[in-house]
Amino acid sequence: MIVGEQKPFAEIVEMLKGFQKILVLGCGTCVTVCFAGGAKEVEILSSLIRMDRKKKGEPVEIVEKTLVRQCDPEYLQELSGSIGEYDAVLSMACGVGVNFLADTYANTVFLPALNTKFMGVTEEHGVWSERCAGCGQCILDMTGGLCPIARCSKGLFNGPCGGSVNGKCEISKDVDCVWQLIYDRLKGLNRLDKLDEIFPIKDWSASPHGGPRKIVREDLKV
Amino acid sequence: MKSGSSLERILESGQFAVTSECGPPKGTSGQVVKRKGELLKTCCDALNITDNQTAIVRMSSLSGCVLLRELGIEPVMQMVVRDRNRIAIQSDILGAVALGVRNLLCLSGDHQRFGNHPQAKGVYDIDSIQLIQTVKRMRDEKKFMNGEDISGDVPLYIGAAANPFADPFEFRVRRLAKKIKAGVDFIQTQGIFDVERFSRWMAMARDEGLHEKVHVLAGVIPIKSVGMARYMAKNVAGISVPRELVSRMEGAKDAKEEGLKIAIEIIEQVKEIEGVHGVHIMAVAWEDVVPRIVEEAGLMPRPIV
Amino acid sequence: MDIIHILRALEDGADGVYVAGCLEGECHFQTGNLKAKKRVQYVKGLLRDLGIEPERVEMYNMSAAQGGRFAEVAREMVDRIKKIGPSPLRGERGE
Repeated sequence: MIVGEQKPFAEIVEMLKGFQKILVLGCGTCVTVCFAGGAKEVEILSSLIRMDRKKKGEPVEIVEKTLVRQCDPEYLQELSGSIGEYDAVLSMACGVGVNFLADTYANTVFLPALNTKFMGVTEEHGVWSERCAGCGQCILDMTGGLCPIARCSKGLFNGPCGGSVNGKCEISKDVDCVWQLIYDRLKGLNRLDKLDEIFPIKDWSASPHGGPRKIVREDLKV
Repeated sequence: MKSGSSLERILESGQFAVTSECGPPKGTSGQVVKRKGELLKTCCDALNITDNQTAIVRMSSLSGCVLLRELGIEPVMQMVVRDRNRIAIQSDILGAVALGVRNLLCLSGDHQRFGNHPQAKGVYDIDSIQLIQTVKRMRDEKKFMNGEDISGDVPLYIGAAANPFADPFEFRVRRLAKKIKAGVDFIQTQGIFDVERFSRWMAMARDEGLHEKVHVLAGVIPIKSVGMARYMAKNVAGISVPRELVSRMEGAKDAKEEGLKIAIEIIEQVKEIEGVHGVHIMAVAWEDVVPRIVEEAGLMPRPIV
Repeated sequence: MDIIHILRALEDGADGVYVAGCLEGECHFQTGNLKAKKRVQYVKGLLRDLGIEPERVEMYNMSAAQGGRFAEVAREMVDRIKKIGPSPLRGERGE
């Protein structure tokens, strides 16, 4: 899922300066799962914003709402009747949702409550980490299912580099060296010969570097 | 001859090579590079100019190489893949050859996090092994990465780094084999303090016949102080400093002298290992000491090719 | 224990809020009191972000049988709040 975390409160307060009627809009999918922007988080953040304004003696009216998600048009449509009422909308969705709101409603101010971080997994309750970089040309068949683009700090294709020590990346003892993990996994699967071949040079044109991506399925279009 | 460089000629003729390195300045003074070059001219066969080492912005390796050439010194250009995409890489290679560079060391580069511009975007369009492959193709097939013809020759002796002290240990030799497969001609290893472990790595390399396919130059870092010994033992990923060496430095009356002694001992030991064809002396901020090391290790005078 | 309950109480003008949980190791729900402890710490952090004294919120452990302890904690909390003063969120209601 897409994993994000809330921006520091001070940053959010700064963004909301001057706005009085604010919709705090949560998302019921990815950001609910990572406890960053779901209905509960909407309640909490709204309470904090009200307390902050009360303390400063500045008025605010907050409307709290959570959509199933903010990346499909039918859910954003639910706002069409009321969207004109707000001075600003603080979206607690990932960057995708904020963008889509901005694409959909031209005359409203949309602000991001989250810093969207990565596509990743729940390792355990309260801990999430990155797994996929969305490079557009998946190579996991060659690396035992573990992605060096997302999980190697240098994105090496023929790793590990000389900084891999005790299974850890040179940038931090908290970061596993994914090439060590790839090596261990392929060794266990008896497929270590995959690492003797020189990995072909990456075609980055399928990645964000090649420009914003779009997929069109004619067979599915109405 | 692949490049015709002195380094190539010395190694191919079976002689023991000595290389060292110059860190360029964090500024525009060509004199800094030239001074270091003059100091090391007679005791080294070729001199590396580092490429924004530890991700700290310095004068570029290519320009440092040109400055050395002006003094008649043979440079080894270093190129990290952290800072350039394939377009800039191939472009810089063409320019380097035009400016007389004949040796190129292909490296990944320390992560930008460690440097003085940690917010920079790391490029890593291709990795160091793919870089070796690219240079080899440019040299031997006269083709760019995309298959187009290059006009003119690309005579470059291709080097890479190797780290016998990184993990996974048993994979390190396989990775060396990969670099050889990609086209590497010579290797400069990371600084060696644990000669025993290095020896084991060389034995594994010999088992695969790799010592006949590539020239290994053993990396030697003279220790300047107790602080430096402790720092390297603790903080530098990929350097292994045995406890005994740190103790020696701690107990020494004159730290610099002891550090020198240790460096010379290491050179004498690695020289005896089959498959080691030279040494690469990395005297960080202590270039002055290199002529003495080379002299006392019995490696003077340098051959004239 | 959802932290929204604590926040609502403060928003409505409470000068202080304390959470009474079972003695550690004696929670009927195993870890309920440990989770509550972490959440109270979290709320203290939120209060710091708001510029409100984190001491206004506290976690105490006691068993249902400890009437005396209950009273003691209540007194402690009242004394603490008296020292810090009324909540800056009191507004005109003054409750």
